[in-house]
Amino acid sequence: MSDIVLDLDFVLGHYNYWMFVILMMTGLYVTVSRGNLIKKIVGLNLFQTSVFMLYISMGKVIGGTAPILLDDPDTVYSNPLPHVLILTAIVVGIATTALALALVVRIRETYGTVEEDDILKLEHEMDFGTQAHDGGRH
Amino acid sequence: MSADLIGIAIIDILLFTFLVVTAFAIMRLRNLFAVVMLAGVFSLLSASLFVTLDAVDVAFTEAAVGAGISTVLMLGTLALTVREEKKSTHSAFLPLLVCLVTGAALIYGTLDMPPFGGMDTPVQTYLAPDYIQRTPIDTGVPNIVTAVLASYRGYDTLGETAVVFTAAIAVLLLLGAAIRRPGKDDGKE
Repeated sequence: MSDIVLDLDFVLGHYNYWMFVILMMTGLYVTVSRGNLIKKIVGLNLFQTSVFMLYISMGKVIGGTAPILLDDPDTVYSNPLPHVLILTAIVVGIATTALALALVVRIRETYGTVEEDDILKLEHEMDFGTQAHDGGRH
Repeated sequence: MSADLIGIAIIDILLFTFLVVTAFAIMRLRNLFAVVMLAGVFSLLSASLFVTLDAVDVAFTEAAVGAGISTVLMLGTLALTVREEKKSTHSAFLPLLVCLVTGAALIYGTLDMPPFGGMDTPVQTYLAPDYIQRTPIDTGVPNIVTAVLASYRGYDTLGETAVVFTAAIAVLLLLGAAIRRPGKDDGKE
């Protein structure tokens, strides 16, 4: 196994995929560990863009060219289908990002904060704080 | 063939190094203005990467949408909310563990993948040659990506437009509710 991993062709042939994993996990880590909602959305965008990199890397043909038809019949083209998928994904991604940011603005208006911990604390006070207070009075 | 691979690999390694550095800076920084700007840089770098991987249409869209519109939307959000992230009080151990385990599993999964750029991989041999051959005969559009997007899979693109329309309506409803004038909406409610 170690012979295969140290092989230069193997490393070059899988480098893009490994870097995709590192970038995607960075995005996941930012999304999961940070409490700020805007930072979470940036993390989701990182995650998303790295998935695009995986798809586009799989469509590449060495020695090929962009899938725009040329007169030369011997031309090798890279795979156009991942490109189509990812074009759609980018546009849908910006739509979801815009919606998420609008929700963040509304959350800020209602709670006065965009930190997850503070929001949870406020929600807990709304749900149980007043109830506990009433219970103490009776 | 191998010289081509090494040429592409050098550019890829350079761009991926920049991308990883940018991603780590986004992770470390707490000034949200800097984070948003670095996210724009990340998008632009990934657009460059897409050009080297022959996906010119994707690079174009990513540069316009990812580095442009997305950055503008995030800056607008920053103007309406806060500029600085609070320091998290939680331990980062569990998220780190989850990410490391998931990353290790994914890297284990890539070991079986066909090498980057090969012509005889399942991705290249199934369906794609068919589209490349039929596009000039069926549609006459020289750009195959455009032909597939607008002609062969036109209904999917219609669905995508419906998604964007729904998101736009939702954003308008969410933000419009906040800026309505007190005098005018009395009659409505």
